[in-house]
Amino acid sequence: MICQECNQRDATVHFTKILNNTKQEFHLCESCAREKGDVMMKSFGSPGFGTNPFGEPAFSFQNLLSGLLGFETQGATPMSKGIQTQQGPKRCATCGLSYPQFAQLGRFGCADCYTTFENHLEPLVRRIHGGATAHTGKVPQRAGGRIKIKKQIEELRAELQQKISAERFEEAAVLRDRIHELERGVQGNSGEGV
Amino acid sequence: MSISDFVRDASRWMQEEGPHSDIVISTRIRIARNLRDIPFPLLANEAQSEEVLNAVRQAVESPAFAEKGRYEILPLRDVEDVDRQALVEKYLISPSLVEHARRGAVVLRDDEEVSIMVNEEDHLRLQVLLPGLQLREAWALANETDDLLEARLNYAFDDRYGYLTACPTNVGTGIRASVMLHLPALVVTQQINRVLSALGQVGLVVRGVYGEGTEAVGNLFQISNQITLGQSEEEIILNLDSVVRKIIEHEQSARHFLLNENREVIEDRIARSFGILAYARRLDSKETMQRLSDVRLGIDLGVIKGVSKNILKELMVMTQPGFLQKFHGAELAPGERDWRRASLVRERLQMDEGRI
Repeated sequence: MICQECNQRDATVHFTKILNNTKQEFHLCESCAREKGDVMMKSFGSPGFGTNPFGEPAFSFQNLLSGLLGFETQGATPMSKGIQTQQGPKRCATCGLSYPQFAQLGRFGCADCYTTFENHLEPLVRRIHGGATAHTGKVPQRAGGRIKIKKQIEELRAELQQKISAERFEEAAVLRDRIHELERGVQGNSGEGV
Repeated sequence: MSISDFVRDASRWMQEEGPHSDIVISTRIRIARNLRDIPFPLLANEAQSEEVLNAVRQAVESPAFAEKGRYEILPLRDVEDVDRQALVEKYLISPSLVEHARRGAVVLRDDEEVSIMVNEEDHLRLQVLLPGLQLREAWALANETDDLLEARLNYAFDDRYGYLTACPTNVGTGIRASVMLHLPALVVTQQINRVLSALGQVGLVVRGVYGEGTEAVGNLFQISNQITLGQSEEEIILNLDSVVRKIIEHEQSARHFLLNENREVIEDRIARSFGILAYARRLDSKETMQRLSDVRLGIDLGVIKGVSKNILKELMVMTQPGFLQKFHGAELAPGERDWRRASLVRERLQMDEGRI
């Protein structure tokens, strides 16, 4: 199916709009869908957030956030409720949340969502937090120990490479064993209390 | 302690003064925390929410906590509607926790300086509330309490993104530090918009007194940090603290200006508002807040003598609908509320020997 808007690219986004009992179907390519999504967002406001007495979209934080999110996602506009791309959206294995759902709610479902949606996350976080993408504040004591060990492992690995290049294999073997030992420790620690 | 103790009297922050309390009403620090292996409250099922509450209960009932004060755990389902409202009006819980009342709970320290909301947007929202400008003290107390909790709880923490929160706007430190300011002179001299619009450029945001999206009433403004990632808690607090101190200076010079250049106008306004609060028979909440703001300014400028400075803090909470109903002992229609509010304000003013 060809995109009904540009008549050039394949239509990969299909959605149905129902307004005042009139049903309208759209078959669009991703880039036309995004344009259309923006226009509709302006004229109707994003779904579920209501309008003020002047008929303009009510300004809300979620509205703003889903605007940001829509910008990030491929084909999933803020109108994502009615949109299905041909490949089903990726879901978090732990809690089942999909990215379009996140875009709508503005909330993650569990801690693992941060790993599942890693690729979308960095630009979003950067935008929300004035360019920052990494935590520099307090570290809980338990995690603090884990981070230290991870750093230590990295350093040992670098040293190991040097020993191997220098063909000092006996010393390298000692380092290798030490790294294995530390890695077991990290896994053990993070599993603690689960 | 029981729920009735928490919803009857004024909190300590309302009764005590703190540093810069001529302008700074209160300091609040809130940190968001989640448990690692349970879905965030939005997606958690009933059993999982109960698991969170039990984990928090165990942590709070540990001996380390007992050393710091007496804590009460109140599941919201056991709290009556009017008491829930009173807790919101005292800033001990958020309106959003009330919406999640079926699974939500709050842990309150007996002095009400520390509270922990459970199963709101995040599993834990730890709050410290102190009078006046005390950001460092509030963070120290929050940090210490957080350590005690962490000793028993497995927090969701990521090496890169820090403390993981349901909403990515809180990720990292999870901290929201806010200061409530009374800025009548900047409003009267029409400098307030200039001052507030500069805040965005330094990563701060202004909210109404009862949270996001609420209107600024009674010349009260809540200023807080917007960004939670990429800066340490200390940096975030220092930034807010130094900006607040600048605003205090501006407000003070605006007050001097009013006294020196516009004395008659401002005295007249203060005296009229004092007269209305002392004698009116019906007061809606908006007018009450505006008149209280004038009276408080009058106390600060020395125009009104013999009235406690804390009258603004006390009455801004105690004249809210929930507390009015508590005092009355039964539900009040909106019209009755205005009558009750006026009589409460009159009674409170008669306790002091105010004169102009």
